[in-house]
Amino acid sequence: MKRWPYLVLIFWSCAVLLSHLIDLQPDHINLEKVLALPNTEAWLGNDDLGRSIVARLLAGAGVSMLVALLVTSITLTVGTLVGLIAGYFGGWVDRLLMQVTDVFLAFPGILLAIAFAAVLGPGLNNLLLALCMTSWVGYARLTRAQALSLRHRQHVLAAESLGAPVMRIMRRHMLPLLAAPLVVEATYSIAGLVIAEASLSFLGLGIQAPHASWGSMLKDGVRYLLVAPHYVLAVGFSLMSLVLAINVLGDQLRDAWDIKRAR
Amino acid sequence: MIKRLLAVVPVVFGVVLLTFLLVHLVPGDPVEVMLGESSPMADRAKLRAELGLDQPLPVQFGQYLKALAQGDFGRSIHTRKPIAQSLKERIPATASLALVSLLIAVMIGLPLGIVAALRAGRWPDSLATILSLSLSAMPHFWLGPLLMLMFGLWLGLLPVSGMGNSLSILLPAMTLGLGLAAILTRMTRASLLEVLHEDFVRTARAKGIEEQQVILRHALRAALLPIVTVLGLQLGGLLAGAVITETVFSWEGVGRLLVESIEKRDYPVTQACVLVIALTYVMVNLMTDLLYSRLDPRIRFAK
Repeated sequence: MKRWPYLVLIFWSCAVLLSHLIDLQPDHINLEKVLALPNTEAWLGNDDLGRSIVARLLAGAGVSMLVALLVTSITLTVGTLVGLIAGYFGGWVDRLLMQVTDVFLAFPGILLAIAFAAVLGPGLNNLLLALCMTSWVGYARLTRAQALSLRHRQHVLAAESLGAPVMRIMRRHMLPLLAAPLVVEATYSIAGLVIAEASLSFLGLGIQAPHASWGSMLKDGVRYLLVAPHYVLAVGFSLMSLVLAINVLGDQLRDAWDIKRAR
Repeated sequence: MIKRLLAVVPVVFGVVLLTFLLVHLVPGDPVEVMLGESSPMADRAKLRAELGLDQPLPVQFGQYLKALAQGDFGRSIHTRKPIAQSLKERIPATASLALVSLLIAVMIGLPLGIVAALRAGRWPDSLATILSLSLSAMPHFWLGPLLMLMFGLWLGLLPVSGMGNSLSILLPAMTLGLGLAAILTRMTRASLLEVLHEDFVRTARAKGIEEQQVILRHALRAALLPIVTVLGLQLGGLLAGAVITETVFSWEGVGRLLVESIEKRDYPVTQACVLVIALTYVMVNLMTDLLYSRLDPRIRFAK
């Protein structure tokens, strides 16, 4: 029972692999099958252009995984670096950087990403850019808070007095000690980014037609909600089980490493 | 308290600056993007002058600040209406939506959290945990349609979208409120569990006070502090969620105005909506902090 998040994640990875290995024709339009219920050819039915919902779900899984992993790795690196610099040097550097993060945190939730995506214009690259610009802040705060206390630990002071370069102190003496909460935070943020990608695509700011994304599928599905509920239900349940699995995985990691969540 | 008030000033300044800079992030010429490629040169020059985009950046920012200080957000490019007026028309819809969602969240989250804490480890607790975990994994654009299906189509109880009926606020408010209720449930459970082991709860029980009174008057009051903080912080999340929820339900609030302005590339309106939502969030957080120090006797009497 405790292993089910892994099952969902393995399923997600297989879906992504499958959508690249086999040509599922997610963009194949079949007007005779518009909004058809689940059938032998399309296990979850067809969408408003007669395309197979399963095929489009698999293609959309690839997009959400690409966005989530890419944005997480970039922002984790940048955010940790910013936090380390602020925590290590302290003083005005710290005050300035924290003032900047305060401003970014003043925009609730996904609002700033929506604003950036709106002015940058739609498309995958701009979507990635908008999400990267907004999601480094959490890591920076988390790293900085820990780095402040690590800064005056004896082993850091010892390395410093031995003349170790700053980068080496940060990488070898501080980073290993503050990595665990960052990994937990990154796990939660993968779930957050899957939702964020879907939200922006839902608003028409992310992935553009004809490419499949769970967000744009939900947007189309809502339009035909009352005539073809199976469309929305298929996409919604996929999204929910994925997000739930990642969150539970994050909880398990947090409990295993005994971390109190910073937020 | 003065210190906390002063700390808000640079944040507000930064928020205004970042919102101001948004238009300059537009790739290429923002005026061309807004008016379309085939627009006549004369129109472009006129709009450029109206938005002040022909001035140096610091001058533009100065003018922007000056206009804002007078409550002037500029005019919409499409409707030519003053943006302040559109905002004034839309804010009540969003405010009532937020209030009703908050009410729903408190009415569901608080009792559920209390029951979960009192029956910790038994089935009501597991049920509440499963419920709140799955609810927090449901983004608004999925929970909304699901509620529409359940209450609108299958049960036929509530109006599905629009604002025609006094009941039509219920579905969008539930969409926003249920997610918040999930967080509130977990917070109430954790906070109450911590307090239940305190000495003053044991003292109250030892004095022979009824169990219900012990929970409601002694334990819950002490547990309420972190809950209030979470509510304050989440109210901002509610505002961001309103952008999507209002779109799902065609609810004519500030969030819908924002999405419409993005679709029409009406950037002054986009800027104004983002600014209003962010500043409301900052103010709500400030008030939560101030309220927190009023509520907590340890902070109140420390000075």
